[in-house]
Formats: sequence, C-alpha cells, structure tokens
Amino acid sequence: MKGMTIIVKKITQIIAGPIFLYGLYIVAQGHLSPGGGFAAGSFIAGAFILLVLAYGDKLRHLKTEEFESSLIETLGILFFIITALGALLLSIRLGFIPVFFKNFLTKGIPGNLFSAGIIPLLNIAVGMEVGGALFTIFLEFVIRSSKEGK
Amino acid sequence: METLLIILLLLMIAGAIYALEAKDLLSAVVSFGIVGFGLVICFLLLQAPDLAIVQVVVEVLVLVIMIAVIINTTREEIKEKIPRSTYIYYILGFIFVVGFIYLFAVSIQGLSEFGKHSTRMATEYIKNGAVKTGSMNLVSGVVLDFRGYDTLGEITILFTAVVGILTILRLKGRKHE
Amino acid sequence: MTLFILCITLFCIGLYGVLVKRNLIKIIIGLALVEYSINLFLILIGYIKGGKAPIVEKAAEGGIFVDPLPQAMVLTTIVIGVATTGLLLAIAVRLYKKYGTFDIQKIKELKG
Repeated sequence: MKGMTIIVKKITQIIAGPIFLYGLYIVAQGHLSPGGGFAAGSFIAGAFILLVLAYGDKLRHLKTEEFESSLIETLGILFFIITALGALLLSIRLGFIPVFFKNFLTKGIPGNLFSAGIIPLLNIAVGMEVGGALFTIFLEFVIRSSKEGK
Repeated sequence: METLLIILLLLMIAGAIYALEAKDLLSAVVSFGIVGFGLVICFLLLQAPDLAIVQVVVEVLVLVIMIAVIINTTREEIKEKIPRSTYIYYILGFIFVVGFIYLFAVSIQGLSEFGKHSTRMATEYIKNGAVKTGSMNLVSGVVLDFRGYDTLGEITILFTAVVGILTILRLKGRKHE
Repeated sequence: MTLFILCITLFCIGLYGVLVKRNLIKIIIGLALVEYSINLFLILIGYIKGGKAPIVEKAAEGGIFVDPLPQAMVLTTIVIGVATTGLLLAIAVRLYKKYGTFDIQKIKELKG
C-alpha cells in the first residue's frame, strides 16, 4: 500500500498527535465527563489508522504487522481480569465482603481526578483492549489483503 | 425535537434503501454511511454523548474496512434477473411486513410513550450511583461497577472476534484455478 | 409512537437485505442496519423529556436524568458490532479468494 501526497502527510504530522492525546485525556477523565474506555480506545486506534493510511506501510517498516497491537490487546484483557481478581483477593484482607469486581480502593471526593476506586484502572484496561482490537482488525484487512490481493 | 428526529429517521431510511439497491458496491457503502452518521446525531439529540463519541469513530472505521475490502476484490454488483412469475412473492412479502409492523405496534402498547419513560431499575442507579461508585459519569459507573460482568463478557467477545479474524485471513486455502 | 414505528421500518429494511439480496456485501450491510435500528430503539425507550445527560454536576445535585442503563448496554453493543462486522467481512474475503465471486447462488453451485 502506497502513501498519499505531501499535503496529506504534513497535515497528518500535525494532527495525529493531538488526536492521540485527546484519547489519553478521555480515558483519564472517563469517570468525570462523557467518554471512558470504549471511546478512548476508538480514538487511539483512529490516530494510528490515520498515520498508516497517510504514510502507507513504509511507516516503521511494518514487517511484523499486527504483533504489537495484538500484544497490547491481550495485555488489556489480562489487566482487566487481574484487577477484578485482585479486588476479590484484597477485599478479604481489607475486611470487605469478598466479591468479584469489588470496588476496594477509597472512593475519594467525587469530582476529583483521583477518585472512584478501581473504575479508572478498569477504564484504562478497556481502552487498551478496544484500541488494540480495532487497530489489529484494520491492519489485518488493509495491509495484508493489499499485499496478497491482485 | 420529535419532528427533528422523525426527519432524521426518514433520511436514514432513504439512505438504507439506496444502500441496498445501488448498482455499484462503493456507492452502496458510502450511502450506508448516511445511516451511521444520522445515528450519531440521533444519539446527541437523545442526550447520550458517550454513545455519540463511540459511534462516530466506529462508523469511520467500518467504512474504511468495507472500502478496503471492496477495492481489493470487486465493486460490481451482481446482475439479478427477476423472473416474471415472482409477483406472488412480492405480495407475500408485503403482507408479511405489514403483519410484522402491526404485531410490533400491538406489542409495544405496554411501553410508556416516547419521552415519558419511568425508570424502574435505574432509579437506584441515578439516586445513589454517584455516591456508591464515586463516579460522576453514571454510564461509566454502570458499565464498570454495577454491571462489570457484562463488560468482561464484552471484551471477551471482542478478543475472540479478533482471534477469529486473524485465523481466517491467515489460512492458506486451496488455490482457485 | 411514530418514532418507534419508523425504527422498526429500518429494522425491516435490514431484514429485507439479509433475506433477498444475493451479494455478500449487501447481506453484511443489512445485518449492520438491523443492529443500528435496535441500538436506536433501546435509546429511544430510555429517553425522558427534559432529562439531562447522565453526568452528575459538581455542585447542583438533582434534576432529571435520562436512563443510564440502556446507554451502558448499547455502549458495549456498538463495539461488539464492529467486531462481528469485521469477522463477517473476513469470511467474505476468504470466499471471494476461493470462488472469485460474491454471489451466494454461484458459491452454492461451485462445490469443492
């Protein structure tokens, strides 16, 4: 797959970073404002998709095409399950009723960035999972099928 | 507000009909985009900003993937020859659709009207959700705290689908000669 | 009530695409239409007139919110929809590579 013209490449250089940062902002503020893990994962995947579409597969010499993105995805689901299991195990030690997905951390003041217990951690895990999955699907369809087809 | 939604839905229906009847697959996919982006505006009007953010990115992604598939394969629609003697099927299909919509209209009598929804289960979530979970965004609180098992199942399905896509596209089948 | 009827009309159009069309891409578009109409229907049920988006303000507690439960369910459904659409498209690409056509009638005839 070839890249696009110099105009598209230059615009992409300027705006791909802010899109990625906006994704990170959404996942950090997921318990305060609209957004959360699902939206943030889609945004992060969108930033990388924009880069690949503008620069073609010369970008970073995409040889091991989707190894890293599927690794991120697998780590995301592992992080999610470990957080839920850790909530089960640690809530025994802290004297709560042991429940899967127990919100064992302190709730904090609602409205602060560091509040809401384990919800921000789970948001990060879901964001990793969704971003990795969507980017893997994209790479597999666009890069591989344009390499083999025709 | 309600008239605006009706106009948007009529536009979406027109886009859907053209997407299914177009002779060129590329224009079919592009007019399928009308439905998705109309849905984004509907979500914004219905006070669901989380869904609008997700839907607008996801719709772009689906369109990119579909266009990639069509460019790599073919964009010609199959020429369907409709025999003369199939009018009976059209009549049967019309009767089926009318009956289906009538049954639907009967079965939603029990629902409250548009805009007068009474929250039964969600009353607890709205009243105490912010205190119990500490999350100001109630949707995040419901997804990740009250209904954490659903999210676990959801990301498992996503993982399985990605593994399935990788497996299917990497298989080396018998060559078509 | 009109909105619900229009929503189910969109559903019926998607069902028509799945049942009648012979092109695999058109069938996938029909399935996606069915999914979108169901998402919209669930959100329409949960809407309350004059309700705000379900985000608690810092100072002002109270006020009417729209129902957060359908929104949370539809949020997961949208992402699952992408994954299933991708899986269907992958199967369609494999079938095209093997048989050279998207026509399901021809695929049925060309066995082996």
